[in-house]
Amino acid sequence: MEEIFEKAWRGFHGDSWKEEADLSNFIVRNFTEYKGDDSFLAGPTEKTKAVWSKCEKLLEEENKNGGCLDVETNILSGITAFAPGYIDKENEVIVGLQTDAPLKRIVNMYGGTKIAMKALEAHGYKLNDEVYKHFTTYRKTHNDGVFDAYTPSIRRARSNGLLTGLPDGYGRGRIIGDYRRIALYGIDKLIEFKKKDLNGEFIDEQYIEESIRLREEINEQIRALEAIKQMAASYGFDISKPAQNAREAMQWAYFGYLAGAKENNGAATSMGRNATFYDIYIERDLQEGTLTEEEAQELVDQYVIKLRLIRHLRTPDYDELFAGDPTWVTEAVAGMVNESKSLTTKNSFRFLNTLINLNPSAEPNLTVLWSKGLPMNFKKYCAKISIKTDSIQYEGDDTMRPGYGHDYAIACCVSAMKQGKQMQFFGARCNLAKSLLYAINGGVDEKSGKLVVDGLEKNTEEVLTYDKVRRDYSTMIKKIAKIYVDANNIIHFMHDKYAYEASQMALHDTAVERLMAFGIAGFSCAVDSLSAIRYAKVKPIRNEQGIAVDFEVEGDFPKFGNDDDRVDIIAQELVQEFFNAIDSHKLYRNAKPTLSLLTITSNVMYGQKTGSTPDGRKAGEAFAPGANPMHGRDSSGALASLNSVAKIKYEHCCQDGISNTFSIVPSALGNNEDEQVENLVSIIDGYFAQGAQHINVNVFNRDLLIDAMNNPWKYPNLTIRVSGYAVNFNKLDRAHQEEVIARTFHEKR
Amino acid sequence: MNGKITDIESMGSADGPGVRLVVFMAGCKLRCLYCHNPETWTDKDAKTITAEEILQRFKKYETYYGEHGGVTFSGGEPLLQSEFLLEAIKLLKANGVHVTIDTCGVADGYDEVLDLVDLVILDIKAVERDEYKFITGREFDDFENFLKSCISKNKKLWLRQVIVPGINDDEAHVLKLKKFAKNIPNVERIELLPYHSMGKSKYEKLGIEYRLGDTPNMDKELTKKLEDMLK
Repeated sequence: MEEIFEKAWRGFHGDSWKEEADLSNFIVRNFTEYKGDDSFLAGPTEKTKAVWSKCEKLLEEENKNGGCLDVETNILSGITAFAPGYIDKENEVIVGLQTDAPLKRIVNMYGGTKIAMKALEAHGYKLNDEVYKHFTTYRKTHNDGVFDAYTPSIRRARSNGLLTGLPDGYGRGRIIGDYRRIALYGIDKLIEFKKKDLNGEFIDEQYIEESIRLREEINEQIRALEAIKQMAASYGFDISKPAQNAREAMQWAYFGYLAGAKENNGAATSMGRNATFYDIYIERDLQEGTLTEEEAQELVDQYVIKLRLIRHLRTPDYDELFAGDPTWVTEAVAGMVNESKSLTTKNSFRFLNTLINLNPSAEPNLTVLWSKGLPMNFKKYCAKISIKTDSIQYEGDDTMRPGYGHDYAIACCVSAMKQGKQMQFFGARCNLAKSLLYAINGGVDEKSGKLVVDGLEKNTEEVLTYDKVRRDYSTMIKKIAKIYVDANNIIHFMHDKYAYEASQMALHDTAVERLMAFGIAGFSCAVDSLSAIRYAKVKPIRNEQGIAVDFEVEGDFPKFGNDDDRVDIIAQELVQEFFNAIDSHKLYRNAKPTLSLLTITSNVMYGQKTGSTPDGRKAGEAFAPGANPMHGRDSSGALASLNSVAKIKYEHCCQDGISNTFSIVPSALGNNEDEQVENLVSIIDGYFAQGAQHINVNVFNRDLLIDAMNNPWKYPNLTIRVSGYAVNFNKLDRAHQEEVIARTFHEKR
Repeated sequence: MNGKITDIESMGSADGPGVRLVVFMAGCKLRCLYCHNPETWTDKDAKTITAEEILQRFKKYETYYGEHGGVTFSGGEPLLQSEFLLEAIKLLKANGVHVTIDTCGVADGYDEVLDLVDLVILDIKAVERDEYKFITGREFDDFENFLKSCISKNKKLWLRQVIVPGINDDEAHVLKLKKFAKNIPNVERIELLPYHSMGKSKYEKLGIEYRLGDTPNMDKELTKKLEDMLK
């Protein structure tokens, strides 16, 4: 073995990871589980404080400046396009910015010219004329390609809000490079691996197109790896070789992430699952006496500062869908190797400790992979930080590990994928509440009055009967599933062609497994509507066109979120039916379909675009987020609400995630901090023990949010969990703030 | 047989260790000035429940209750329905459930129940006879007898007292409580609960006079300070 590797890998165990990129094996062989408490943690160093205080000023300026501090208008996106940038060079222990200055955003035209121009215009900027002229003259974009191929029915579904948020004009995101590979192997070794693949077993001449495309992509990946190396060199680092210590390991991996954030503008770009990997280096440095605990925390704090500064240029339409300028730099923490051994390390604590050292923050999106088997000290620490900061989300490791192994990460909010071995084609969402209205209105949109989906019959019943409506709904589901699949096949074909994420894909196995992620919006509204039709008396109020524009509901009906099987079964069946309808179609590049109940904040916009529904919800009112019960209808207590959501099947059904946002007032958790911590641990344990997948935990009173809405200056750091991510409350617009306030707060009775 | 309850809370976090199912039983002989659940005084609007239904409800949420949680019978005064309580507790204990009763001790026929429960949360309204009568409207004797039973059975106890401004929110009162508690063995903790006026609206609804009038809420910080004196 070359000397450089011997030196970099000193003291590491195992051999198989040396021959091919196999981080999962490397981690299991080398990490040190930590079962102790949080008493070892260190506060921020002077250097960290200096860097962070500069950032805080910049963030404040950004906020005052309408949410965007600056945009680079002379250069377009690219790994090596920008000169090195610093915040406070002498105090930064981890370096690297997207452009030459902090919070200065990149223009990315590859997704689509129009959207990029709209975003610039919205913030009062204009792209350099020459750059614009050349790009638009010589380059076709992803968006151009998609619209060349879209069918009329996709266009109608899109413009009427049946399918929304499709990544057809900007980066699809959701791809998590295995950035750890750069640290462990160095870029040159990764290039060597890829060169081997170029002529390797993956190229199958039988499939002419796929083989040609793959060879082209591998070469793109190799060039991207060279570019990452060059970009790192501009900061004075040679990352062709593996990292020698913790600081290098974190810096090398961050350069990999940064390259992706310079090259692409994907909606959600996770960091992956790195804390325990870095801990291996930190432990070695601590043992060798070259690092102190304060310095270890400093590395983590400063690394996290960098992740907090990631920005993309967005349009107002985009902000409406995904409020609060999120980037979903999701970092998954802890989880288990198997039923008895956890992947909790001291670094799992250090990452959560950044919420104390640097104040609560929405990014990075800290995600604890929760398991029954996590050390009790760590569980308690998580609960404590949750109660203090409302900045953590929890996902069920025991639910996900059987399908994804022990080295998966979370893309965006809830989407699991094996790190470096799987990627995702992000497919946004289909509005299933509106779909139900289409089933009643014969495919005519209740708002625009236009025929959107062909071949459906108008319901003319005076009182809706369940059997008929349910049958027509099934027909509609089959039709919309086909349109939805077509749209995503086209989008991802074109995205690969015109906006390929070479740097991120370079950090995946060449034989990557592809998932295509579909989603549902308006879930609990659709479910309650079906329940109302079945158990109460629902009379449509029709306009002169015969379209049901409102509904009269007589009598009560069981509502989702009360642990009532009469309606929860409707919920289970609906998800399964929609997934099966999607699964019956062929997907681009043989992707495997997955489905999520996750809306981000688009539940507000989807609600605005949807007419009155049979559950009594009025036109324009917000849907509940993700898999949540409708606002205030889960009135049988917190646990009943959790039970209903936990009934939705994850495996082979909703395997892209089931998002549940849970708000509870502190006093309902216990009389004092110790009790609150212990009881929150019990509740999270209990929820995941039922096979649940995700929970956002907010512990606060409604009054606090109302006060924050009216006096934002009092709460500069108020971070809350909304739907798969955290957001600074002040960055939400009024409609989103009001929606959050209207959610069910579980109180002591 | 059926028990009479006013409510059942699946996520009780304040009435015993861990997260618990709390069953609020109907009926109470005391008429405490500060009672915030006057709807539990009688069984006029009570719902009925069977022991088996309580067990089923517990099982529905069992995973959340973890190692420390269980079922708490509160009220009202659970011991007024001692026959039903015994049946329910036997069934729960046979299923390995931790059972707590939250009581004021004014009842009879509780002997067997006391033998079975894991923990008694005992509400000490006052330690002096006059004050006890002033707050509850009853004599001290029933309470005293109950306490004796607990002591003779060496029951694990949590003691509680509601602190009301102007009535017992001074150090002298707390010191008396401390002295009183010192003579009781097996006390695992003593909690002071700050009075709040949230029950007031219930009185209006029920058409019952609210005797504490505009007494302000007890300050939480001050309650904590008083509680620290008990350590």
